Amino acid sequence: MLLTAIKASELSKRYGKVKAVDEVTFEVKRGSVFGFLGPNGAGKSTTQRILTGVVYPDGGSVEIMGESMLRHPVRAKKRLGVVPEQANVYADLTAWENLMFIGEIYNVDKQVSLRRAEENLELFGLYERRNYKTRGFSRGMKQRLLLCMALMNDPDILFLDEPTSGLDVESKQLIRQMIKSYNAAGKTVFLTTHDIEEANQLCDEIAIINKGKIAVIDSPFNLRQSISRFQSLQVTFDRAPSNEYLLKELYGVESVKRQGDSYVLYSQQPGKVIPSLGDFAEKEGLEIVSVNTQQPSLEEVFLYFIGKQDEVIDYT
Amino acid sequence: MDGLKEELIASTRRTLAVSRKNARIYYVKPPVIIFGLLFPFVMFLAFAIGRGIEPALLTPRILGVTVLFTASSVGPLIAPWERMMKTYERLLTAPVSLWNIIVGDIISGFLFGLLIALVPLVLGLLFFDAVLISPLLLFFALLLAGLCFSALGSLMSALPTELPANVMMLANLVRFPLLFISGIFIPWEEMPNWVQLLAYLSPLTYAVDLFRWSFGEGNNFQPGVSCILLVLFTALFICWAKWAHQNGIKKMY
Repeated sequence: MLLTAIKASELSKRYGKVKAVDEVTFEVKRGSVFGFLGPNGAGKSTTQRILTGVVYPDGGSVEIMGESMLRHPVRAKKRLGVVPEQANVYADLTAWENLMFIGEIYNVDKQVSLRRAEENLELFGLYERRNYKTRGFSRGMKQRLLLCMALMNDPDILFLDEPTSGLDVESKQLIRQMIKSYNAAGKTVFLTTHDIEEANQLCDEIAIINKGKIAVIDSPFNLRQSISRFQSLQVTFDRAPSNEYLLKELYGVESVKRQGDSYVLYSQQPGKVIPSLGDFAEKEGLEIVSVNTQQPSLEEVFLYFIGKQDEVIDYT
Repeated sequence: MDGLKEELIASTRRTLAVSRKNARIYYVKPPVIIFGLLFPFVMFLAFAIGRGIEPALLTPRILGVTVLFTASSVGPLIAPWERMMKTYERLLTAPVSLWNIIVGDIISGFLFGLLIALVPLVLGLLFFDAVLISPLLLFFALLLAGLCFSALGSLMSALPTELPANVMMLANLVRFPLLFISGIFIPWEEMPNWVQLLAYLSPLTYAVDLFRWSFGEGNNFQPGVSCILLVLFTALFICWAKWAHQNGIKKMY
């Protein structure tokens, strides 16, 4: 059985003088949720457009379930379901007509098409609106319909580009739930997102792309482990210390950030900070209300790998 | 062999699905109604009123104008409209080839042109004493002219823009001069030599010539020659459209 769902090798794409994608190479395991993160203009969407056959790369190759996207695009695209970032449903067609059209161009059997359309519309809470033209749909409804469309051919790989961006909480939850259950059925999901927490919740593996190059690929847990300098100790006192600047003088503390009514003390060895923290509280006449050690957040990992680690820590 | 046959059937189904989608969405869009329906009607009035032209002679010329404008009005709208509405990228991610999209667009423009052309044809036969000498030739003439002008429309839609108005402007820039060099407003015999030379480059010349022949008027070319030239123009426009769309996609994405 094929173990690799997507294989991207040395992908390059240049727009004028700008290298949007620069020798990008990675593999996505079959049955995994792969997160693709990066700041604006990092090359996320261009990479996804190359993978889904919209953009022709200047160099490199793409294999989708073993099919070459460049040599046999139609064969490769049959295996995909795609929700592009800048995409829309046909506003002049009803939700039902949109789905039937997708069923036709993917050559889905008519009876199967009818069944899937009904099931997916029910699942995404759009069945009652199936005969309405989609021009009157809200952004969340359109996004849900785009997902229904992407599922019409029961794809092996689902490409989602910012699927929950700008949506209400209910739509976000619905889409995340769908991603989880789709993945639980053994399908592969390629998720491009800005939402780091979403990636953290959903992804088995995350790639961070910056300035067209892959900065790192690993599991969310390993990524957090990999930057020990962002381990921290979150402490809350019964009142604000009058000499809070002294916190960064404590043994092992590299920097301090104020977060609401508590302080985050960054240290590579947070356990060793605790005794000196007790001394500090006693000297200042403070009571420690709570102390927690923290792994770096994925947001901190992200900023670190895109070279903006200084923005993680707001020195007091 | 069976695999090839299956793929051919699947590809035809995709093309027809694209055509059906186009028909549902674009036949009633304002630019199509304005430039595909109202425009030929206005041209007809401008041409016919007060010029003392024998009514029977009007029909083949009006057919020419109608087929040109209607068949070429749907194509230029589809791609830029879909780029503007952000549905084009969705289509590009689907297992449809560029051929499926282009041929699908051409079929929808062709059918629209054919359907609307029936209106002046029926009116001409019923109210303008037009006498149809060769229905078979007229059928082929409508078929070839419709395909040719629809392919021309698809070629123009390759302009890499998200603004349908830009393509419609280009379309009119191409279609208007064709009216004046193709023997519709100015009879072939009255054209200066240099305009006659240009007329050879216009597919409308051969379409109108075939329509005139069908209605028993004198003609300038043998019908077989006109048919072959229309086929060649169609092939040229389709191949050019494929090349231009491919380049347009590279520029836009």
